[in-house]
Amino acid sequence: MLIFSVFKTLTDQTVIVELKNDLLITGVLKSVDQFLNIRLDNIQVSDEARHPHMIAVKNCFIRGSVVRYVQIPADAVDTQLLEDATRREALNQTKR
Amino acid sequence: MDTSSAGIQEPFDLIRLSLNERVFVKLRGDRELTGVLHAYDGHMNLIMSAVEETIMIVDPAEGGQGSVNYVKRKMDMLFVRGDGVILVSPPSRT
Repeated sequence: MLIFSVFKTLTDQTVIVELKNDLLITGVLKSVDQFLNIRLDNIQVSDEARHPHMIAVKNCFIRGSVVRYVQIPADAVDTQLLEDATRREALNQTKR
Repeated sequence: MDTSSAGIQEPFDLIRLSLNERVFVKLRGDRELTGVLHAYDGHMNLIMSAVEETIMIVDPAEGGQGSVNYVKRKMDMLFVRGDGVILVSPPSRT
């Protein structure tokens, strides 16, 4: 839930999503759900020569399970806040 | 369970105590990361900053031992999906 909240705060930011098949997609994060499925607008594939079928695609929905990494803008996250929220969630998990 | 004490009762406590420290992460697909850990969850989804990724590419040579190539890459702030994580190792305390 914590990571889901982080992604919600990142909407309308430009991110680079790296998929498990090594495809790198740069785009504007439009929405995210609890499975970390991601909707990207205005996308650009990093190596268009290798993935010519992607040139015409302008926006997409990415199933969360095929994501390897998401590179996010460093100034868009408060790391101190993140760590505190993580500790709080970890505490709630063990109490259960 | 007393969770207020700083001791380690369960595996995730080791990761919790590594928050805001440089950690080593081994991933599926012969990938390794080092970076500062800022967040994690029960799936081992991670958020790290100042990440250096090392990808090992083994080149099998004919009739001998193959050579290993390392490709390195740096990233500012990175979300890592938990299903690719093999291990998270806290910083070595010397």
